[in-house]
Amino acid sequence: MNPIHQKLQENKKLLSIYFTAGFPNLNDTVPILNRLQENGADMVEIGLPFSDPLADGPTIQASSAQALANGMTTKLLFEQLQSIRKTIHIPLLIMGYFNPIMQFGVETFCQKCAEIGIDGLIIPDLPLDMYEKEYKAIFEHYGLKNVFLITPQTSDERILAIDALSDSFIYMVSSASVTGSQEGFGESQQDYFKRIAQMKLKNPQIVGFGVHDRKTFNQATQYAKGAIIGSAFIKNLAENGMENIGGFLKKII
Amino acid sequence: MKYNANENGFYGEFGGAFIPEMLHLNVEELRQNYLDYMNEPEFQREFHQLLADYVGRPTPLYFAHRLSAKYQAKIYLKREDLCHTGAHKINNTIGQVLLAKRLGKTRIIAETGAGQHGVATATVCALMGLQCIVYMGEIDIRRQAPNVARMKMLGAEVRPAVSGSKTLKDATNEAIRDWINNPLDTYYIIGSVVGPHPYPDMVARFQSVISAEIKQQLLEKEGRDTPDYVIACVGGGSNAAGAFYHFLEEKKVGLIAVEAAGKGIHSGESAATSVLGKTGIIHGSKTLLMQSEDGQITEPYSISAGLDYPGVGPLHAHLFQSKRAEFMAVTDDQAMQAGLALCNMEGIIPAIESAHALAVLEQQTFRKDDVVVINLSGRGDKDLSTYIDYFK
Repeated sequence: MNPIHQKLQENKKLLSIYFTAGFPNLNDTVPILNRLQENGADMVEIGLPFSDPLADGPTIQASSAQALANGMTTKLLFEQLQSIRKTIHIPLLIMGYFNPIMQFGVETFCQKCAEIGIDGLIIPDLPLDMYEKEYKAIFEHYGLKNVFLITPQTSDERILAIDALSDSFIYMVSSASVTGSQEGFGESQQDYFKRIAQMKLKNPQIVGFGVHDRKTFNQATQYAKGAIIGSAFIKNLAENGMENIGGFLKKII
Repeated sequence: MKYNANENGFYGEFGGAFIPEMLHLNVEELRQNYLDYMNEPEFQREFHQLLADYVGRPTPLYFAHRLSAKYQAKIYLKREDLCHTGAHKINNTIGQVLLAKRLGKTRIIAETGAGQHGVATATVCALMGLQCIVYMGEIDIRRQAPNVARMKMLGAEVRPAVSGSKTLKDATNEAIRDWINNPLDTYYIIGSVVGPHPYPDMVARFQSVISAEIKQQLLEKEGRDTPDYVIACVGGGSNAAGAFYHFLEEKKVGLIAVEAAGKGIHSGESAATSVLGKTGIIHGSKTLLMQSEDGQITEPYSISAGLDYPGVGPLHAHLFQSKRAEFMAVTDDQAMQAGLALCNMEGIIPAIESAHALAVLEQQTFRKDDVVVINLSGRGDKDLSTYIDYFK
């Protein structure tokens, strides 16, 4: 069974953490993963940095720029992760923009992910129809779950299409925004969370964008299976360093 | 229609809409409606009325006597530099602002590099009474102070893009992020034939008025409606798309796209995308773009702020790959000399972007009766200080 499926079956709300590989220091990837696992993160999205992350707010932009300046590349990330499955057993996904993956070669990229033990991919600028037409067969061949995003503006019809094409979870963007720009969740977001829950989709939903503390985590997971914290985690990493990862997670779960 | 976009916005292998889900609704709304709105008689009437009375179209097709004598061909200049606001950019902003109004949008955003598209957007927003926010790289804001002042005088808010390299590509990223954050009331007027489908096709259609006029004007002046060559500079490629548009299927018309070679194609300071670029994704479009081996987008260079975009529109990537257009590269020095030559021989100060197209005259030999149309996309007022510094 794919480790993401296994995790989704656990009887608890899941905390997933996003971090940018190569930030704050080039070789922090593995130590960060170790600390996340030790301190109770259920799942991790490893961010492949890109020069032009157009769906991200200032925090993740800055971490990507720093990671690239530090010398992070796709090849280097795979080298860092080569033996990761000896120590890390929670589900791992890679989240990145499509261009660096295309340049690496989509099939080679997927093959490398499978070899290392990456369970899924989140590629915000790879649209549904292109995925279905050109890449679905490759992803499936290598056992990779492709995770799609939905937003409050996504139509029910499209959500059903996304649900049909998904085989893990749906990444539910909390509101119309880039990453890291939400203060908290208001009534309209709660309504949206409820509306999606009532659709009884076959894939559970995990909420991202705007989750940054226990309160927002609890709000987000009232109706959804879990929540993803990205910008707030990176901010904490930048301000308090790696030693504070445990402290940060304890404040959420 | 082999050279135009198919219904999914692909030009051969290039184009499409590689956008995050957050943009889907807006881009899809536009995709479903743009042709219907544009084809409405009332839309066409309003568009052409404004082009005539407000922009000053048709722009002249000027027979350049002294250039023709020097280069031994019949050289015509399509005078887009005489458009209101000083460049072809306004053809597109007029069209898109009319679309935005029909879609019920009240807030307009745009990106700008040199400031020409920003000024053209600020202008039409003033004309229509719409709120206007223009994103511009922090570095470009410093380099292009007169255009920043013009936009502000026209009532636009100029927001600095402080991410990445702080130039055009980052201004475009910021505009896209703004659109993600404001999905309901906002319309994004892209200034070139770039971005996700339907933008490249839509902008090319609005700019196609340039080649429609060339055809008609040539018929009057030469008794034929096709030239032997059309020459235009390419950054993102909107003026070239407009000048080529009605000749794409006319194989006997030679199309020459001129890119900025900066300090030399392989100098490391260049914007010659067709030579240096590889297929990739930029701003939602699959096209040729300058990037590292690892797929990170690199910062181009040209003395002309309107040509230093790291990609080209997907139409141009297709014209390059299919060899329908010939791509040439012109250095800063060659462009500046060509710009000065036009001042001295014809009494016209061209934009440095357009001077790149003029520089082809020194590189290409023509037959004596060849009819050559050069798209003079903009005037050089904005570039005076660059010219003066260069020739000091």
